[in-house]
Amino acid sequence: MTYTQLAISGVIFALLTDFFFLRTRLITTKRFWTSYAIIINFQLLTNWWLTSRNIVMYSPDAIIGVRIASAPAEDLLFGFALLLLVLVLWEKNRD
Amino acid sequence: MIVFTFVGSFWLEVIFKVGVVRRWKRALKSILPVSALFIVWDAYAISQGHWFFDRDQILGIFGPFGIPLEEYLFFLVVPLAALLTIEAVTTVKPHWKKR
Repeated sequence: MTYTQLAISGVIFALLTDFFFLRTRLITTKRFWTSYAIIINFQLLTNWWLTSRNIVMYSPDAIIGVRIASAPAEDLLFGFALLLLVLVLWEKNRD
Repeated sequence: MIVFTFVGSFWLEVIFKVGVVRRWKRALKSILPVSALFIVWDAYAISQGHWFFDRDQILGIFGPFGIPLEEYLFFLVVPLAALLTIEAVTTVKPHWKKR
């Protein structure tokens, strides 16, 4: 599988987990999207740093080639899936 | 950049007293399963050459599956920053706790 396919699968898996598997429905909340709006700025900054200096490089065969702040667009999907899953578990583990 | 992310988010714990670090067991239970999943992804991506690192710009310390130490730290620090962020948001906007 390419990074593109894996990244899309990751987002779908995270959304399914939030909505159906664990039923936290964080994506319907203001606090999730406000947090995401804050975090994405730092993600873009970090992505730009790591990719523009070629600290991390990507195979052209694994990505579609659309770049946002110098990093592959797939990175935003990767980041979204990572954050949503962690926040869903945090929500689920609420005491 | 890991230090940047850590410093950039850790002050939320101190200033807003969000209490994520105090609830470290719940934090670990939320972070580790997801990190494990993404480390599998990372291992696969590195083995397939989806992404690769400039050896001159990393510490050069590798953990299991040929993954650089920085990647392991990434999968701890970034989720922790996310938890600190959402808890800071709900500290500032307490009426959003249920929304």
